[in-house]
Amino acid sequence: MNFGYYPGCSLQGTAKEFDLSLKEVLKVLDVNLNEINDWCCCGASSAHVMSHILSVALPARNLLLAKHRGMQNVVAPCAACYNRLKVSQHELKFDEKMRMKVEEILEEKISNGVEILNLIGLFQKIGLGKIKTAIKINLKEIKAACYYGCLLVRPHDILKFDDPENPSSMEEIVSIIGAKPIEWNYKIECCGASHSIDNTEIVEQLSKNILNDAIKHDANVIVVACPMCHSNLDMRQKNILKKYPQQKAIPILYLTQLLGLSMGLNYKDLGLHLHYINPVPMLEEKVKVEEVTI
Amino acid sequence: MEEEKFEPKITAFVCNWCTYTGADLAGTSRLKQQTNARLIRVPCTGRIDPVFIIKAFEKGADGVLVSGCHPGDCHYNTGNFHARRRWIFFKQLLDFVGIDSTRLYFSWVSASEGKKWVDVVNNVINSVRAKGPFLGYKNLNKETELPLVNKN
Amino acid sequence: MRIGVFTCHCGENIGRTVDCPAVSKACADFPGVVHSEDYKYMCSDPGQNLIKQAIKEKNLNAVVVGSCSPHMHEKTFRKACSDAGINPFQVEIANLREHCSWIHDDVPSATLKAIDMMRMMVEKVKFNGPLTPIRVPVTKRALVIGGGISGIQASLDIANAGYEVILVEKEPSIGGHMSQLSETFPTLDCSQCILTPRMVEVYQHSKIKLMSYSEVENVEGFIGNFSVTIRKKARSVKDELCTGCGLCVQKCPIKKVALSEFDEGLATRPAMYVPFPQAVPNIPVIDRTICTYFKNGKCQMCKKVCGREAIDFEQQDELVKEEVGSIIIATGYKLYTIDKKPDDSPIHGYGEYGYGKYKDVVSGLQFERIASASGPTSGEMLRPSDKKVPKKIVFIQCVGSRDEAKGFSYCSKICCMYTAKHAMLYKHKVHDGEAYVFYMDIRAGGKMYEEFVRRAIEEDGVKYIRGRVSRIYQDDGKIIVKGEDTIAGVKVEIDADMAVLATAMMAQTEAPKLAQTLGVPYDKYGFINEVHPKLRPVETSSGGIFLAGACNSPRDIPDSVAMASAAAAKALVLFGSDMLEREPVVAKVNEATCAGCLYCKKVCAYNAVEAKEIKDRNGNLIKVVAYVNSGLCQGCGTCNATCPSKSVELLGFKDDQIYAQINAFAEV
Repeated sequence: MNFGYYPGCSLQGTAKEFDLSLKEVLKVLDVNLNEINDWCCCGASSAHVMSHILSVALPARNLLLAKHRGMQNVVAPCAACYNRLKVSQHELKFDEKMRMKVEEILEEKISNGVEILNLIGLFQKIGLGKIKTAIKINLKEIKAACYYGCLLVRPHDILKFDDPENPSSMEEIVSIIGAKPIEWNYKIECCGASHSIDNTEIVEQLSKNILNDAIKHDANVIVVACPMCHSNLDMRQKNILKKYPQQKAIPILYLTQLLGLSMGLNYKDLGLHLHYINPVPMLEEKVKVEEVTI
Repeated sequence: MEEEKFEPKITAFVCNWCTYTGADLAGTSRLKQQTNARLIRVPCTGRIDPVFIIKAFEKGADGVLVSGCHPGDCHYNTGNFHARRRWIFFKQLLDFVGIDSTRLYFSWVSASEGKKWVDVVNNVINSVRAKGPFLGYKNLNKETELPLVNKN
Repeated sequence: MRIGVFTCHCGENIGRTVDCPAVSKACADFPGVVHSEDYKYMCSDPGQNLIKQAIKEKNLNAVVVGSCSPHMHEKTFRKACSDAGINPFQVEIANLREHCSWIHDDVPSATLKAIDMMRMMVEKVKFNGPLTPIRVPVTKRALVIGGGISGIQASLDIANAGYEVILVEKEPSIGGHMSQLSETFPTLDCSQCILTPRMVEVYQHSKIKLMSYSEVENVEGFIGNFSVTIRKKARSVKDELCTGCGLCVQKCPIKKVALSEFDEGLATRPAMYVPFPQAVPNIPVIDRTICTYFKNGKCQMCKKVCGREAIDFEQQDELVKEEVGSIIIATGYKLYTIDKKPDDSPIHGYGEYGYGKYKDVVSGLQFERIASASGPTSGEMLRPSDKKVPKKIVFIQCVGSRDEAKGFSYCSKICCMYTAKHAMLYKHKVHDGEAYVFYMDIRAGGKMYEEFVRRAIEEDGVKYIRGRVSRIYQDDGKIIVKGEDTIAGVKVEIDADMAVLATAMMAQTEAPKLAQTLGVPYDKYGFINEVHPKLRPVETSSGGIFLAGACNSPRDIPDSVAMASAAAAKALVLFGSDMLEREPVVAKVNEATCAGCLYCKKVCAYNAVEAKEIKDRNGNLIKVVAYVNSGLCQGCGTCNATCPSKSVELLGFKDDQIYAQINAFAEV
């Protein structure tokens, strides 16, 4: 199977382990990723607050490049990139004036057709049955709180992905690989997003609530599919633990890392050493390693 | 030579129970539209003979609109189904005869869809204006020197 | 032809945008027009007198009036002309108001259009012939569809006037949603106490034929002469033998499988059941989907204990045909229940409220059942999950209503009132409880309604918070409600024990299908349309079919009852005469030119066309032609358009009349 690949800035930077683990897992599943040549920033949070047309043109350029390469679909593992690509595609489809302006900027006619997938959508397309056959390790002691954040499911009218109030697509994958997804209340609550930079205290407050709810419902790990979610819950957790001594620590894993663990891939290849909150102690306790392949 | 801007003439055949009432509602709601259309009331779109449409074009219409109840909602149960079936063949006939079938428009507008009626009428007028005048019969009449409209 | 043309200013309505004197002047020059004048209010008495005078003085034989829509005053002007001696069908109306002055701004082009419209009607009327109204007999019986409070009221009114009524109700018992209520606002009357006497009256009335557990399958015909097919669903009980003793229900072993529809899913009911103790008729029904006998032929406990041998497992649905003259639609409403919705549903669901996920988040009707003495908790205020008494309860208004984004844009009218009622009932039973209501506005516009809401706030201490709720979730057995108080400008979080959602009132799911069966229009929400919202609220565009209650629009009980009586009055007007005059817009066959192909018969939706034999004096057959029964013909004209030789014509809309209008369209 072949998919177009749009890594976006974070997967080459702060979310490097996301990129690593994704590639390792896809190797096992025999799926190829073709990175879009000369891709540029999707605009993420900054573009759409500064200039509407820039926020639509940047993703449009990436989609155009994908089309040139004959790609039918593009996977954007970063939820923000996914969201911006989808929104741009939607605006170009329904707003004729905007499309004409963007066509002028890109100097090319825009026609639709590229399917944009997020990380979960990618695995759904690969087929959960195929994933199940690659499972080697028993993860039944892992109680995972699946955290969706906001950009994967909202706005529903544009993304049309899962149920925006009570999503379950991540839980489906977690179940298939043998771990136990838990019922909890904060799976779509805001973590503070990019206020991580300008108002870190808000992020610490909101993320603390999310961490606590997961712990309260007996989770031993929180699974995410977005670099922003990961950064706020993992990187900022360090400070939260310092500020609140009663706070318990809980590791944050990318879905791809959890998948990789179930396939018996090793910790270094999955980038587990790049986390702030070390997941290894929990894994050593909860995962009975029967087989390890390199 | 006058530089008169072309204003299309649109003849609209509308059914009494749905579209005519919907157009009334548009009026009661004071929804503004362009003046180019003239409505001819029939009890049901099933009443509309394809020859009416040809006649309308012959007598100077640049575009013709036929509008009735949504399928399934016809006041007479099946009238609009018969109308719909007729048009499928009629459009082909128009093309064969050389009348631009894209100048013939259909819509389903119910009695509560005043706003939709206004949109339909304005869209048809704008479309036909962009296409320009329908010259087929005008040219024919020039050749045969028959008067276009009995104005007196 | 001597045509008189009258242009109405309609005060400012036409006069402001159309230059009426200019129109009148232009019309005077049309060939065939011998009189043309304009006047401020043509429909008024002096206006009509102008027309009558002109008819007499100028010896007119046809009249064209440029005025408001023919749907408004065509009858007025036809009558005026008829009084003055012209056949009323040689009168045509040009719709200068709704189709011209009200939709345009530019006076010159609107005036030009008005002149065109008048010309089209003048040309048409030249081809109008005199027509005489058709008289059809009236069947003086009524059909009422729906046995809720509206249907019950309408049935009683018609029956008490001495005419027979057939009342069809799809559930096993009449009573509708009102029978599920605990108390009614604003009096806090016990709902069943005021309803059941009416239900019994219906059951015992000699003029009312009650067909419960039945549905209307097909309707044919027209005003005064409807032929209705009703499906009597199989109860599996012979109703003429059943005494309502209830032994079979008691002994039915399948007790816990089905959820009770009457108790809104909060309790179970047996496979053999009566929906509620005061059901009318008090005859049980077997739910064949879960009954053991119907699944594998065993059990038959009900048959064993029935002393009257009334159980009949072989009973089938029965199709009953009835002739009626008038139909009243009173099918009521259903409440929007929020769970996962398919993508084409108009409602996108309110998953953030957790309804369906958390047992203690309930709908308005479910709360009524909890509060009701005959309900699953015998009237004790107990929450569904653990049957504990909720000490803090949150009511949320406008769930699904007034919401363009995720729900319906309309207001459901009754929720503010019943929420206040619910909060009061709760406080009366749980004195130390706290009740909170999240609202957007309070709509209490009926008699004693505002005072009722004030009573809830001032006497019963219900706390009203203006703001919406963003999320409900469960934590430690508590229902956490997160909302905001927009007046105080703060976020509000309440750790409640229970939440009640005032969900939107919707049309019944089958309402569009029923409307199509009856041939009446309905709107995008499934509510059945009235002819005119202000002046004709109980009539539909199909003659003889009237509306009552919530099937037309969200409505409370007093308004529904009033509407039901109004609809009954309309039916009684119909029954007041033996013969009904119908408009003579019917098809007529020219037997000389008709070749007898009978294509017209194929396309007639009313079976109004028959084959007729034309014989010579010796009785030999000359030819077969088509013949239209003018009593059955409804005047759609499909036959006219289909006829290859145009031998059948629709009077009032003949080919000549239409071509005249097409030809007259001169300029824009």
